[in-house]
This record gives sequence, structure tokens and C-alpha cells, in this order.
Amino acid sequence: MKKPIDALVKVGDLPLGLCGAPGSTVAFKTGDWRSVRPVLDKEKCIYCGFCYYYCPDGVYQDMAPEKYYKADLDYCKGCGICAHECPKKAITMTLEEV
Amino acid sequence: MAKRIGIEVSLAVAEAVKLADTDVIAAYPITPQTHIVEHLSELVADGSLDAAYIPVESEHSAMSSCLGSSAAGARTFTATSSQGLALMNEMIYIAPVLRTPIVLAIANRALSAPINIWNDHSDIMSVRDAGWICLFAENGQESLDLTLISFRVAEDPKVSLPVSLNLDGFTLSHFIEPIEIPDKETVDKFLPPFVPCFKLDIKAPMSLGLLGGPEYYTESRKATDDALLASKTVIKKAFAEFNDVFGRQYNVVESYQAKDAETIVLAMGSISETAMTAVDELRAQGKKVGIVRLRLWRPLPIEEIVEAVGHAKNLAVIDRHLVLGAPYGPVGLEMMSVFYSASQKPNISNFVLGLGGRDVTRDDFKYIFDRAAAQQGQTRYEIVGVLE
Repeated sequence: MKKPIDALVKVGDLPLGLCGAPGSTVAFKTGDWRSVRPVLDKEKCIYCGFCYYYCPDGVYQDMAPEKYYKADLDYCKGCGICAHECPKKAITMTLEEV
Repeated sequence: MAKRIGIEVSLAVAEAVKLADTDVIAAYPITPQTHIVEHLSELVADGSLDAAYIPVESEHSAMSSCLGSSAAGARTFTATSSQGLALMNEMIYIAPVLRTPIVLAIANRALSAPINIWNDHSDIMSVRDAGWICLFAENGQESLDLTLISFRVAEDPKVSLPVSLNLDGFTLSHFIEPIEIPDKETVDKFLPPFVPCFKLDIKAPMSLGLLGGPEYYTESRKATDDALLASKTVIKKAFAEFNDVFGRQYNVVESYQAKDAETIVLAMGSISETAMTAVDELRAQGKKVGIVRLRLWRPLPIEEIVEAVGHAKNLAVIDRHLVLGAPYGPVGLEMMSVFYSASQKPNISNFVLGLGGRDVTRDDFKYIFDRAAAQQGQTRYEIVGVLE
């Protein structure tokens, strides 16, 4: 039986030098690498911005009117640095259930 | 007007890089390549070559800089040897897939250990699979000519691949030979300005050096191999056009007295000149011997090799690199694979010699011609002149 091919682009259709449009990694959702996710307790959050500044992947968005920061789970890899740095222990790393 | 002068081969290569109007040279000196980049730094410093000379802190940085400058659309050159090429290794594998037409002169030198600065082909063989076009020069004039041809081939839009020009360390790099230095107008007729197929430009941003996961990697490598194999046609065309302009014809595979030869020695690089002298002496004794030399090693010119040596009774393949743990040297292995499925094939044997600068003489070749004709079915390489 012939093995199904997992390729996304044909050999002849690849761009020369494999160059591409800038910012193409936006389409590469890395969130499924995560085994634990950050869950914020908004009651404890003091809107200090530590999670925003410490996140190595820059996944936190400033939710200014509501005064908290929200992790974009499409890209958060679950490293837990935000939870570790949060001075109010407002972020809990919670196991991802499949 | 072209001038024929006595000049060290390394300096002639540097003069060719100057005549090519190279934009960027990023290099780190290492024996026996040093004179090439040393002379280039002088040419840049005295203003006779308008190029950026980047004196990097290592060969790894040299090739990294070359990747960047070539991707930015600059005609780019570097040179190295042995341990320097080994330190470049990581970046060497990147250049072909990113299709950056860098020209790299390698003054071939043995890899350590033991520490050895002299000539053999172990350095280039360590990166033979990387996807670079590999040319081997036989003498000084050829080293200069192939430098110009390397730029022409690398930058051809149908190719857009890096080229390594291999010249034997010391045997070529440090010898003073009579070499014709062409004039700028003639070089310009042969080598047009570099027009990159794509380039890094802050006005039109793009990404280069992207991730290629399991869904892309296989196809990316295959696309590079396809480009490398297709480059042979362009190389042959460049050789023909070089002849039109300069009157010197090169071929991907060269033959000397091989047409009616019963035993043929196949070699690469400068030792084939010694082999030709041995052939002359053996021919005077009535022996039907000849030489075939590969000028092009990657892509391997299979059809031309079969045409040049397929008729011979015996084929002695020379290797200047010992593949530890394998039955034959790299050239020997490939010749055996070229003929594996052929119905009519020569009796192939593999001889390793000239390692770490050990002298190769006419008598070595006379021994090889006799030995190749006398033995059948060699099962392992033979080192010529090993004391054990």
C-alpha cells in the first residue's frame, strides 16, 4: 500500500530560496504544544502588567478598558513564567484536558 | 590587453575576484588559503577594489556574513581551508537551500587529527553532500578562470546556487605560475553584473530562512537537488562561452590519452598533471593507458564519466581522502555506484594516496596502472605508499 503523503507544497511549487511573505509565522499556531494553560483570577489581578512584560512569546494583550491582560491561547506554550512572576498569584497553570 | 605574468596562484584568484567587481568579502585567514584573502584585503585597502571587506572572528561568521550579503544582492566571495571549512559546516549546508550564489575558494588541506596543514581532499569531502557546486582546478590558469566561471554559474538565474572552487593547498595555492590575467573589458563581456533572483530589501520586506517542518523539509531538499542537477547544463554553457571570450575550453570531464586506453586513472585536482607525465612515459613503452579528470564533482557528471571511461578494461579511481570505516574512498564509491547497473563496465579499483601532503610521483601512477590491470574484484581501497 502506498503511504499517504503529508507534504503541503509540491517540490516545483516552492519559492526560490524558500523565501516568503514577512510575518508568515502568524499562521503557525503553536498553542497546541501546551500542556498547561494560564487561567487568570480577575478578582486578584491588579493590572500591573508583569505577565505582559515577562511573557517570552508576547502572547499577552492589554485589555485596557477592563484593566487586565489576556493570553492569546493560539500561541501560549504554557511555560508558566507569567504565573511565576505574578505578584498577586492571580494566574494558575491548569492542566489541559484532551 | 591580457597580460601573462608570473604570479602566485592565490594572488591570481584574488585578482579574478577583483576583476569580477565583487561587492563583499567576508573571510578569516587560514593556511594555505591566507594569501587569497590577504591580497583581497590589500586590494580593498588601497582602493583598487570597491568592496566591503569584513574581517570576521571565525569561519562560522564568515559564511554567516556571506549568507546575509548574498541574500541582500551583493556579489559575495570567501575562501577557506580544512578546519576553517569544518567550522563553516553549519552555514555551508544552509547556503544551497536558501539559493545564495556565494563563491567559495577552498585551498584544499587535510583535516585534523593529527594537525596537518598540507594538501589532500578531506576538507571538501566533509561537505560534499551539502548542495554546493564543486569545481576542481588543475593549475594556476584554471584557478583564475574557474573563479570567474564560478560567479557566472552561481549567479545564473537558472542556478542561483553557491559554488566551491577547489584548488590544492600549497601545490597550487603557493606556487608561482605563468598566468594570463585578463583585462577588465574582456571579463565584463563574460561576467554580467549580479542580478539577484530575490533580495532582502527593507522597502519590500520578506522572510528568508524559514522553518520547514515535516510537511516541507523533504520537498525543500529535493528542490535543491533538482536545481543542483540542472546546473550542469548551465556549467557546460558557461564553459563554452568562456571559450568564446577567452579562447580556453574547459569541460566537466577531461580526458588525456583515454580514448583507446585499456587502463584509465580517474583523478581530481592538480595530481592529474603528474599522472599525465606518467601516461606519456608509459605510452612511450607502448602501454595503453590514459587519464580522466573530473573538473566537476558536484553535480556528479554521470553521463560524461560513463562516456569517458565506460570503454576501459580497468578503471583506477584515485581518492585523496580516506573514509574511515567504509570499503572505498568517496570518489571510488561513486564510480562503483555509477557503473553498478551498467551491463558493460570496467574492472574498478580504488587507490588512496597523497594524504596530508604526502608526495605523489609518476612512479605511484605507474604502480597504479600496473596494479589496476593485474587485479580483479578489489573489495577494499588500497593505500599507495603506506608504511605498515
